[in-house]
Amino acid sequence: AEAAELRARLRAVRHTVLVLSGKGGVGKSTFSALLAHGLAADETKQVALLDIDICGPSIPKIMGLEGEQVHQSGSGWSPVYVEENLGVMSVGFLLSSPDDAVIWRGPKKNGLIKQFLRDVDWGEVDYLIVDTPPGTSDEHLSIVQYLSATHIDGAVIVTTPQEVSLQDVRKEINFCRKVKLPIIGVVENMSGFVCPKCKNESQIFPPTTGGAEKMCQNLSVSLLGKVPLDPQIGKSCDRGQSFLAEAPESPATLSYRNIIQRIQEYCEQHHLQEEKIM
Amino acid sequence: TFAERANLAGVRHILLVLSGKGGVGKSTLSTELALALRHAGKRVGILDVDLCGPSIPRMLRVQDSAVHQCDSGWVPVFVGQDKAIALMSIGFLLERPDDAVVWRGPKKNALIKQFVTDVAWGELDFLIVDTPPGTSDEHISTVEALRPYQLLGAVLVTTPQ
Repeated sequence: AEAAELRARLRAVRHTVLVLSGKGGVGKSTFSALLAHGLAADETKQVALLDIDICGPSIPKIMGLEGEQVHQSGSGWSPVYVEENLGVMSVGFLLSSPDDAVIWRGPKKNGLIKQFLRDVDWGEVDYLIVDTPPGTSDEHLSIVQYLSATHIDGAVIVTTPQEVSLQDVRKEINFCRKVKLPIIGVVENMSGFVCPKCKNESQIFPPTTGGAEKMCQNLSVSLLGKVPLDPQIGKSCDRGQSFLAEAPESPATLSYRNIIQRIQEYCEQHHLQEEKIM
Repeated sequence: TFAERANLAGVRHILLVLSGKGGVGKSTLSTELALALRHAGKRVGILDVDLCGPSIPRMLRVQDSAVHQCDSGWVPVFVGQDKAIALMSIGFLLERPDDAVVWRGPKKNALIKQFVTDVAWGELDFLIVDTPPGTSDEHISTVEALRPYQLLGAVLVTTPQ
């Protein structure tokens, strides 16, 4: 009966993309937010951004929605809308203060994630983006399990170039394979820094073992793109503004836009393939 | 039990390295702190309770090591220039380094308890406990398991943004 409830609620979701990483602090939430903004730039598309990082929800701040509350209606919880076609849900909206720690063990976290999927009235959604915490634990197992009620197009896995990140990301790739979650591809963040003054490029996080490129080759996974470091990215996130809108000329914006397009193409293509099969 | 108390009985100070946020440098700091304390002549151990993303073995170049058992429990891996820093991490228990540890809370909690009570640390001045990001199972279990011992306190790591 529970599965039926979830299926009913998620029936109107066309595409679902999970944003994962084994490693923390590589830019999952940043990427999830920009992916949502990028997709919602097409006003004909309805985009939903679900933040299931229960302990460290970054999405409200990054989307400029700190302090917002969730409202209930007859049809369920209402997402918080950034634009008419971009709705957001996060545990951040349920806290009385942004500094409140959510000190929950696994089962309680799973319960909330299920509620997010069952009780939020997303409406008709073209893209559901799910931002996750680092790791391969309760949240990840639960979201894959609950979303089996609908169809997950795939996972985008985020990393940075150094081996300490890649070793966790390889685990995440294995997790995806274990739970049969298709991998759309890998995004390498913080990939080089171009000085705005002298235009010299530096490797702030040197890819001592070949970076994401080598890892993707070794594991037969697609490299969606590399995004250079740009101090404006962190600033935009802190201020809750879309980096893509604030710095349209940045090389990082160009990279992000290319990656977003590739993700869109992947989703659309798979949809066509499925329709063909059906 | 006596056996449980015995393994940490010789540890003078226990230090937790925490952050809500991932990727800010907890494991890096834990490693450098251990090396610096060792350099200052202290007896040091590191307990890595990041079960999903254990970084310490690679940072100390022992990612290919395995752990052995003795009468009082697991023998930590000895690292550093003089092989005098004791290290325990789930990294040493994996069959392959890329194996994902896909465990729910209860299983993680059980291993953390074992790491706290079943590792033969011996006599240490400092035991540094490196943690994963967040405030969940690993953190609750670690603090609960360490409560009977000399918990010095926590160092919190962040970045500016």
